[in-house]
Amino acid sequence: MSEAVQPLGGSAFDGLVHLSEAPLQGMITLRADLSDAAVKKAIKAATGQTMPDIRGASVQEGQGVLWMSPDEAMLLVPYAEVDAALAKLTKSLGKVHALAVNVSDARAMFSLRGPAAREVIAKLAPVDMAPGAFEPGMVRRTRFAQVAGAFWMEDQETIHVVCFRSVARYMFDLLSVASDPASAVDFF
Amino acid sequence: MLILHCPYCGIDAEETELHAGGEAHLTRFGPGSSDDDFEGYLFMRENPRGVHFERWRHANGCGKWFHAARCTNTLEVFGTYSAQTTEPPEEIRKILAKKRPGWTWRDLK
Ligand SMILES: [Zn+2]
Repeated sequence: MSEAVQPLGGSAFDGLVHLSEAPLQGMITLRADLSDAAVKKAIKAATGQTMPDIRGASVQEGQGVLWMSPDEAMLLVPYAEVDAALAKLTKSLGKVHALAVNVSDARAMFSLRGPAAREVIAKLAPVDMAPGAFEPGMVRRTRFAQVAGAFWMEDQETIHVVCFRSVARYMFDLLSVASDPASAVDFF
Repeated sequence: MLILHCPYCGIDAEETELHAGGEAHLTRFGPGSSDDDFEGYLFMRENPRGVHFERWRHANGCGKWFHAARCTNTLEVFGTYSAQTTEPPEEIRKILAKKRPGWTWRDLK
C-alpha cells in the first residue's frame, strides 16, 4: 500500500486569509435519486449527517454531505474510514439504482480562514458572496478562473474549496494571488 | 453577459459557468434513416432573428443539460426549462405569445 500524501505536500500561504491545504479528506461521490428515502437513509448511515436540500451542505468536522446536483451527492468522511464508509453505503443501498465511488485521491482541498475569506472567493468565482446571499450550510459548484471547483462555508470566516487533484497547483497559486496582502478590496 | 437560470440547481448562472449546446429539439436520425433525414439531423440548423430554442449545459456547476428560449435579436431570455422534453412547455409558449405574438420556429408557433 502506497503512502497517501496531500497533492502539494501540505502547502500554506498567509495573506488576506490563512490559506492551507486541507489534511487528506475521504470523499465518496454518490449518484442516485436523492429524493428516495432509502438513499437518504444510506447517506445518513454512512456519514452520520442528514442529506441536505438543494445546494445544501451539512458538514461537521470533516464528516458530512454536499448536494452536488439533483442526482449527485458528495459524502465526506475521515480519510482512514473511507473504505469502511463506502462498504457500509453500498450495503445499505442494497438493490437501489445507484453508483458510489471513492474519489478521495482524485481531489484536492483547500481551506481559507480569516475575515477576508468571502472576498478572496468573490475575486475568482462568478458567485454572489455577499453575507445573506451565501452563508454557511450552502455549497456552490462553480469555476475558479479557469478550473472547476466547489466550495462551502464552515462559518463566516472559514471556506473550504475542493477541486480536481490535477489542478491543485493552479488552484493553490490562484488562491494565493487573490489573497495577496496588497490586493485587499474590503468590499464586504 | 448572458445569464440563464438553471432549472436543476436553481442558480442564475452567468455565461462563463455555461456551455452552449446548439439548437434544441432536434430529432435524431441514425442508421437506417433516409439520406435526407440524416443530412437534416447532422447539418440543417435554424438561424433565426428573434425567437430561438437552444440547449445549454451548466458545465461549471451542477453539470446538467437544460433548454433555453431566448431572442437572438435583443438577447432577451424568455425562460429556461427541463431537458426532458421534446418541445417548449406551455409556460414558455405563454410568455412567447405575449412578448412575440405570431412567433414561429421550425414547425412550432
Ligand atoms: Zn445547474
